[in-house]
Amino acid sequence: MSTLTEAPPPLAPAAPEKKPPRRRGRFTPYWLLLPGILWLIVFFALPMVYQASTSVQQGSLEEGYKVTWHFATYWDALAEYWPQFLRSVFYAAAATVLCLLLGYPLAYLIAFRAGRWKNLIMILVIAPFFTSFLIRTLAWKTILADNGVVVHTLNSLHVLDLTDWLGWTAGDRVLATPLAVVCGLTYNFLPFMILPLYTSLERIDGRLHEAAGDLYARPWTTFRKVTFPLSMPGVVSGTLLTFIPAAGDYVNAELLGSTDTRMIGNVIQTQFLRILDYPTAAALSFILMAAILAMVTFYIRRSGTEDLV
Amino acid sequence: MKTTPDNSGDVRLSGISKTYGSFTAVHPLDLTVPEGSFFALLGASGCGKTTTLRMIAGLEEPTTGTVRLGDQDVTNLPPYKRPVNTVFQSYALFPHLDIFENVAFGLRRRGIKSVKKQVEDMLELVQLGEQARKRPHQLSGGQQQRVAVARALINHPRVLLLDEPLGALDLKLRRQMQLELKRIQTEVGITFVHVTHDQEEAMTMADTVAVMNGGRVEQLGSPADLYENPQSTFVANFLGTSNLIEAEVDTKNGDDIVLKAAGGKLVLPQARCSAPTTAGGRVLVGIRPEKISLTHADDAGRIPEGRNRLTGKIADASFIGVSTQYVIDSPVCDGLAVYVQNVERDGRLVPGADVVLHWSPAHTFGLDAAQRIDAGTEEEVAA
Repeated sequence: MSTLTEAPPPLAPAAPEKKPPRRRGRFTPYWLLLPGILWLIVFFALPMVYQASTSVQQGSLEEGYKVTWHFATYWDALAEYWPQFLRSVFYAAAATVLCLLLGYPLAYLIAFRAGRWKNLIMILVIAPFFTSFLIRTLAWKTILADNGVVVHTLNSLHVLDLTDWLGWTAGDRVLATPLAVVCGLTYNFLPFMILPLYTSLERIDGRLHEAAGDLYARPWTTFRKVTFPLSMPGVVSGTLLTFIPAAGDYVNAELLGSTDTRMIGNVIQTQFLRILDYPTAAALSFILMAAILAMVTFYIRRSGTEDLV
Repeated sequence: MKTTPDNSGDVRLSGISKTYGSFTAVHPLDLTVPEGSFFALLGASGCGKTTTLRMIAGLEEPTTGTVRLGDQDVTNLPPYKRPVNTVFQSYALFPHLDIFENVAFGLRRRGIKSVKKQVEDMLELVQLGEQARKRPHQLSGGQQQRVAVARALINHPRVLLLDEPLGALDLKLRRQMQLELKRIQTEVGITFVHVTHDQEEAMTMADTVAVMNGGRVEQLGSPADLYENPQSTFVANFLGTSNLIEAEVDTKNGDDIVLKAAGGKLVLPQARCSAPTTAGGRVLVGIRPEKISLTHADDAGRIPEGRNRLTGKIADASFIGVSTQYVIDSPVCDGLAVYVQNVERDGRLVPGADVVLHWSPAHTFGLDAAQRIDAGTEEEVAA
């Protein structure tokens, strides 16, 4: 009897190295991305480059434009139109605050108290989208008309005296004043505030309210310490979705305002389509974009919602 | 560990009920939980135990009746004015606050300024001192559970309410937390009212258990009392396992009742029978599986006199280490459960063997036959 000291030889010559099965799904993500990327390139990246080059061109319509790296256009545009910039930021901020004040209670109601009316109220919030933006804004012209009910009522309540004094309205009119523009902006962007607010409020676990109440928090304290902090992602995205388009909007100022309420959007539109000063218009667009980016970045940093989102 | 003799930690429910539309979640209920006790409300889901707890917390308004803590009527007080705190099912920790702030929440709401020492001590008690600056989602389930307990206990409530606090934990952790909660309760001496559907958990932790079924308290007592002297088939089946055999009252013999079941004779102490016993009436004879001894039919002669006995055939046997669980088909009743400790194993006790089941009459209990025999069994509860 012998003991086995050697390892048994391999049973068969080493099998041919198996090829790893071809991974068919490897390129799928890229294929899925492709349409979106193409879209972005054609309708966003290329126009951006084109506009950027326009903004540093010089020339005239008759002689044609040439890239001369004339950055002074930026400074000139800023120097000439800074009041409109400031006004845009101010109007957009005012409309955003109003949207938040109007939208938060409504979003809260839909999320927590509406019960079986929830879907109906949601539909009512979205319903205005079924009409054109332009028509809705024109409707406000009728609502705020000089001899309309709203102006009449505000006048008899002496509210207009107050807003006149604040510089929001002029004389007995609401139309063609800052108030009208801010009202139009608020109205048109309100759903963009309500929807994200609702989404983040709806996600809050109802038991957290019970827990807060159980831990001696009155309803108002529960709101301040639990509900509101937890709805911050909605507040941040709602304000961004309102503020950014409102700052660049020109329809409301065009239809409801006057020459004294022109926003930067109106200036850009006029430069592009009427004065045909393309370099200035392009430069203004880039300044607006940079300003909004800077403000948004600062805002997101300050609100500290990174770890909540 | 009684600290205050004024019974301010008593919970007294009188005539309390809750109806939602046409559905009655809790039928009018009287219940007193003495101060300092660990009280469990036990029942299957939908039995009204959580509703009862929520009415004590003030999260649910009772349809009728009053809730009193000690001598204070709190029925109409909102939750934030009641000196009770709740450990919620799946904890409901505030996700935007760290552990320290979660625990400090109740103190801050009551305007207490210097919370640092108290919070640190409390986190120490639940062994989470290191985790103070983490967010709830960074902790494990067991740790979150301890935060929930700390967050409630730090307020020194007169009553701590626990709503299925261990439901989300795995078995091993649950066992550990049961002992932990029991330790904390003994340490702080606060009245605990604990809602659970786990009969083992209720029996391990509580001094007194109220078994609820269909919005009513079926029976209330110490775990041992409930287990040994169930008053209804629901309690007999829901707490552990019971063998229930239908029998007819034959004669009375002193303190014992003699019953007939499929020709055999069973003896039941009168004191352990909760049903009316007139001659010829029917009762359910109950016996716990671990109280039954199993002897092979060949050795039947060696069984001492005076024991209740049934004959049968082993249908199934499963060895589970500490004991062997047999299922036995008997002429009186199929599927009798018998648990035999693995001390001396009789090799003849295999499926198919003829056996005699015997037990002491003192271990027998009697129940009213006019109720569902399968109430409270797993099949019935699941249906």
